[in-house]
Order: sequence, then C-alpha cells, then structure tokens
Amino acid sequence: MHLDAILLARLQFAFTIAWHIIFPSFTIGLASYLAVLEGLWLVTKQDAFDALYRFWIKIFAISFGMGVVSGVVMSYEFGTNWSVFSAKASPAIGPMLGFEVLTAFFLESSFLGVMLFGRKKVGRGLHFLATCIVAFGTVVSAFWILSANSWMQHPVAFMLDARGRFIVTDWMAAIFSPTLPLRFVHMVLAAYLSTALVVGGASAFVLLGRPGQRESRIALRMAIGMVLVVAPLQLLIGDAAGKQVGETQPSKLAAIEAFWDTKAHQAFNVIAWPDRDAQANRFALSVPELGSWITHGRADAVVQGLKPMGRANQPPVAVVFWAFRIMVGLGLLMILQGLVGGVLWLTGKLDGARLYLRFAALMAPAGFVAVIAGWTTAEVGRQPWVIYGWMRTAEAVAPIGAVQVSASLLAFLIVYAVVFSVGALYILRLVAQGPAPPGEAEASSRAPGSPLGAALAEEEPHGD
Amino acid sequence: MAIDLPLIWAGVLAVAVLLYVLLDGFDLGIGMLFPFAGSDRERDQMMASIAPVWDGNETWLVLGGGGLMIAFPSAYAILMPALYLPVILMLTGLILRGVAFEFRLHGRGRGKPFWTWAFACGSLMAAVAQGFVLGGFIQGIKVADDRFIGRPFDWASPYTLLVALGLVAGYVLLGAGWLIIKTEGPLHERARSWAQTAAVAVGLVLAAVSVATLFVHPEVAARWGVGPHVLEERRLLPLAPIPLMGLVGLMMAFMGARSREAHAHTPMVGAVMAFLSGYIGLGLGFVPYVVPYALTFEQAASSPQALTLMLIGVAILLPFILGYTAWVYWIFRGKAPDAGYH
Repeated sequence: MHLDAILLARLQFAFTIAWHIIFPSFTIGLASYLAVLEGLWLVTKQDAFDALYRFWIKIFAISFGMGVVSGVVMSYEFGTNWSVFSAKASPAIGPMLGFEVLTAFFLESSFLGVMLFGRKKVGRGLHFLATCIVAFGTVVSAFWILSANSWMQHPVAFMLDARGRFIVTDWMAAIFSPTLPLRFVHMVLAAYLSTALVVGGASAFVLLGRPGQRESRIALRMAIGMVLVVAPLQLLIGDAAGKQVGETQPSKLAAIEAFWDTKAHQAFNVIAWPDRDAQANRFALSVPELGSWITHGRADAVVQGLKPMGRANQPPVAVVFWAFRIMVGLGLLMILQGLVGGVLWLTGKLDGARLYLRFAALMAPAGFVAVIAGWTTAEVGRQPWVIYGWMRTAEAVAPIGAVQVSASLLAFLIVYAVVFSVGALYILRLVAQGPAPPGEAEASSRAPGSPLGAALAEEEPHGD
Repeated sequence: MAIDLPLIWAGVLAVAVLLYVLLDGFDLGIGMLFPFAGSDRERDQMMASIAPVWDGNETWLVLGGGGLMIAFPSAYAILMPALYLPVILMLTGLILRGVAFEFRLHGRGRGKPFWTWAFACGSLMAAVAQGFVLGGFIQGIKVADDRFIGRPFDWASPYTLLVALGLVAGYVLLGAGWLIIKTEGPLHERARSWAQTAAVAVGLVLAAVSVATLFVHPEVAARWGVGPHVLEERRLLPLAPIPLMGLVGLMMAFMGARSREAHAHTPMVGAVMAFLSGYIGLGLGFVPYVVPYALTFEQAASSPQALTLMLIGVAILLPFILGYTAWVYWIFRGKAPDAGYH
C-alpha cells in the first residue's frame, strides 16, 4: 500500500510537470520573439512586424494562461505529495523558489496585463517595455527553477542539521551551483529552439495553403535563422552538459549510455535494449571504443558502469537511455532543418520548396518532445535520488494514502485532458488562420457575431 | 537587539495571504456572479474588468504557498497532506477558471457557453475549497512527530462548510463591490443589488461562524473572554473594535450599494473592512500557531540562513512589486471597456 502511494505520487508529479514544462518552454521563447517583433516594428515601422506581433500575442496569451494554471499546481504539489522533501529541503531550495516568485512571477503576471490589454492605455515605448519585461521575467523564472533543480541534482555548500534538514552554508555557491550555468543555457536555448520550430512550422503551414503570404514568409525566415544558429550551438552545450553529468552523476551517465560494467574502451550503444533484471543489454548495436571517447574525449578513459553501483542505486535504465536518444535524434533533425532551410533561403528556392515546408510543419512540435525527453533523462536519470546522493525519492513522499493520490491523479487527468486539448485546438485554429494583414487583425480572431469581435472591429482605427 | 526572524516572517505571510484573499477574492467573486449576469455582453464586461489583473492577483497565492514552504517548511509539510483534498479541489477550480479568460474569447458554437460555465464553476470550486482549507485549519490538525497523522476527511465538518459559505459570500461581496466601481448601465445596477444581498449574507454567516468558532474551540472562546457561562469584559472589550469594524464595513457596503449619493468605492471599502475584521478576528484565535494547535511559528521556522536571505529579498523586492502592481491597477483605472483585448 505504501509503495503504491509513492508510485502514484511520482506518476502524478511526472504527469503534471511534463504538461507544465511545455508552456514555459514555449512562452520563454515566444515572449522574446514578441519583444523582437515589437522592437523591429518600432524601428522599421513595417506593418508586417505589427501583424506578426498581433498574431503571435494571441497564441502567447493562451499558452501563458495554461502555463500559469499548470504552474500553480506545481507549487502546491511539493507539499501535498512530497511533504517530507519540502520539510527537509526547503531551507536550501525554498529561497530559490521564493526568489522565482518575487523576481519573475509578479513581474510576468503584472506586465502581461499591460502587454495584452494596455496597447491603447500606454504609449508605444511603454508597451514595448512591458513586452521586454515579460520576456525578461520568463528567463529569470527559468534561472531560478534551474538553480533549485541543479542544486538537487548536484547538492553543494550545505550541512545537515539535527532534524536532518539541508542547511546552506554558502548561498552564492548553492544558487550558482556547478551544473547550473550549462543547464540554464541548455534550457533557454531549448525554449528558443522549440519556439522557432513552432513559428517556422506554423508559417510553413500557412505558406503551403497561401503561397507568398507576406507575414509568414518573414516569420519563416526568422525561424530558419534562429534554428540555423541555435540548433548546432545546442548540440555543443548539450555535449558539455553531458560530460559534466559524467563527473557529477555517474549513475545517470551510465544509464544514458547503458554502460553496465566499469571499464575503459566502452563501446557506444547506438541503440540497445537495457534490462535491469538481467543487469545487461539484451540487445545492442554498438560502435567499439566510441563510448569512452564521447563521454570523456579519449578511448582509454575508464567509464563507470551501473552494475558495481548496485541495483538499489540504479535509475530505470531503458527510460533514460531512450529518452536521451529521442532528444538527441530530434536535435540532429533540427540541425538538418536549419541547414537545409538556410541553403534554400540563400538560393532563393525557399518559397517553392513544398517538401521542405511540409517537413517544417511536421517539425513544429519537435521542440516540445525534445524538451520533455530531455527532462525525462534528467529527472528519471537521477533516480532513485530526489537530492542526488542524499535523499531518496521514496523517503520524500508525504504521509498520504494511495486513494487520495489516485483521486487527485484522476482529477488532473480529466481536467488536463479537457483543458490542454481545447487549448491546443484553439492555438491550432489560430495557426490555420495565419496572421492577418494589419487592420483585419483584430476582428477576424473573434467568433463571428460575438460582441467582442463586433466591439473591437468598431473601435480599432489603425495607426494609433 | 536580535531580529526575531520567524515573527517577521509570520507577519509577511499574514500580509501576503490577506492581499491574496482581497485581490483574488474580488475576481473569484465575479466568477461566481457570472451565472446571474443579464446577458453574454454583461459577462464580457465583467471579465474585461478583471482580465488585466487576475493573473497578478493569483500570484499572491503562489507567494502564500511558496512563502509557507520557505519560512515554515514543517507547517507546509503538515498542512498540505492534511488538507490534501481541498487543496487539489482548489487547484482544479483555478485551472478551469484561469484558462477560461482566454478560452472564452476563442470558443465558438458550444465552446463559449462551456467556458462561461467553467469560469463560474471553477471560481466557486476554488472559493469553496479555500473555505474548507481555512475551516480545516482553524478547526485544528492531528500531528505527531511533525507529521500529519489524521484521516483524509478530517477537515470535513459542518463548521468548515459554514466557513466555506462565509468565504463564498465574502468573495461575492468583493466582486460586486468591484463591479460597482468598474461598470456602468444595467450591469452596474445589478451589481448594486448583488452587493446588498451579499452584505446581508456575509453578516449572517460571519456571525454564525463567530459563534460556532466559540463553541468548537473553548481555547478561542477563552481568548475572547466569552463562553456559554462566562463573559469577561476585560478580555472582550479591548477586542470589541474588531467585530465592530466588520459591522460598520458591512453597513457601508449595504448602504453604499443602496444609495446613489454614496461614492462608488464605498461598498468595496466596506467589504474590505469586513474581511479585515474576519481575518484579524480569526487570526487572534490561533496566534501564534501556524498549525493550530500543534505547531507554533517559532517551532515551524526554517533555518535562520534561509529566513535571512529571503527577508533581504523581500525587503528589496516587495516594494517594487507593490509599486508596479499599483501602477498596473492605475493604468486600468476607471470604467472597464465593453471588451478591451490586446
């Protein structure tokens, strides 16, 4: 019975956080994109940027709303499901989460109001400032979450007090813990990349139906430029972060690569079927020597395997192994997308390349899948620990019954299914419409005949 | 003189929760009034009056929960499992109503009525659940070894139901007060009658909750100096201004909503006074407990290192937050537009 509650609590947390992470990934990138669009519009005075801003802000508003509501859930789940963790770890990570609320959440939520509704109330400059502040807030929020998570992945600068609580001895060292810089950059780049894929995919979709649509042509090129630069950069950052994992979390690295024995000259498993019961790979397609080389830069480097760590200290290997491969595989596809797009753009063939446009449209959700796969690698890979090396997940769970957790899990399943599928539907519907030329921008998004649509159509003279 | 960190934090948290209740209170109240609006156009107006600020309002809830975790982790670790079901109910309600702000604009056909309904029900669920949390909290929680040891439905009782009713009525009063300030025309007239009904309801339920609290808790009764057989004036008299303020507030709300001569802000100010009275009144019943009647805020406090760091953060950042929150409210001052989007 006790075990069930733990499993259910983990399922619930995994479900709610996996849904949640999609929205910050999107809104971090989209807020910055909106700031760029508005800035370009203010500088160049080209209406196309304004039309793109007005288009994407609608999608931003829906996504942000879903991010907020799924995020509030997270801040309470720490207590409802992981109360022991909260009581022991709060003296360390509590302030980081607190600073997230104080430096990011209030900033975002307050200026979001100005961004969405204040266009006619404040001047252009001030409105642009509000957009920039929201964009800044989303990145600050990512910083603090990554700070807390990095400390949990690789706890430093603390001691345990008499009640078993984690007491930080040096705040700067704990907040800027060694794995934070790479992981923070990795996450922000992931957000930018995911957003570029959505913007590119949505624009490509519009161009397939309405070739030459002006705003979508601009947005597609902006997205390709972003992917072209960021996707290869992300590979380098990810590789550096992976090497760091080898030092700070050997069991995670071993699971990522399905290494069972500690040895030099590890082979690299391209694909494998890791089996924890057998403590071996049932099947593996491997390249000799490459495993040591990829993880440590030399073939004769000794890389730790899972077997000597003992079963009780191993993460679920197959999940980690495959999640990592999904992330990297999609990342490689993104690099390809950027390169091909760049070549087509340079040679002037982009607008007619229907196959490429279809590919770009298909890749629209790839960033989110990669983000979820990446976080699965990070979070499942550190199991059985919630604070790596110091507190096991099983010790962190709240004294609640399986019935309560199942009831709440069921409630979340139903509500999330309704809310997020409807949200996705509304976003897809907007994407299908595509950006409207300035002037039609407002009324077209409203339900036909709704008072809102009518009211806005009346009171929106342009060039305000 | 040493700084009493836990005491300061108890104060910070008390203010954050109060701000949450007042701010999100009026927009939850408007959600619950949604079904009573005369038309969809009126509902659009109601939503437009809160759309720019609701998200900021709800952030105080995150600060409330987060602040409890930061400052009093042991209390957070006991209260959340103890109040598990109401908390989940609240979160579910907040999801439904939170997304409705955007979804209602995009719904077609049956979509819009569905999200209208979700906004109203979600708001009601959140308000009722918060009432359960508050009632369950005041009622007391079974604790041993810093762990909750009670049962999943310990919080459920006629008393918590009464508290939930009171909170619902109170939020509706705040919501009606807000609408009186922000709207014109038929909706404004409707809000005036809603405010009058709500003021009477709050008065009745608040009185019932007060009496019930005295019966449920001899401890509280002793603090107030009243009980079935005792009346200690020297205890009661110094505290008398608190219920008096509530009574005056409710009268202001009622009369202000009734009379066109009164300033449009009068009902809202009255509602805030009633909330302050209830908040302080209930608070006096369980100070210094942060888990009634098991754990004081001193016992539940986090490490001095964490409290110090966060206090510095709060001292620097909170003035800014209050400043730009006030600025946003100021930008959107005056009557709400019929629909003001983007």
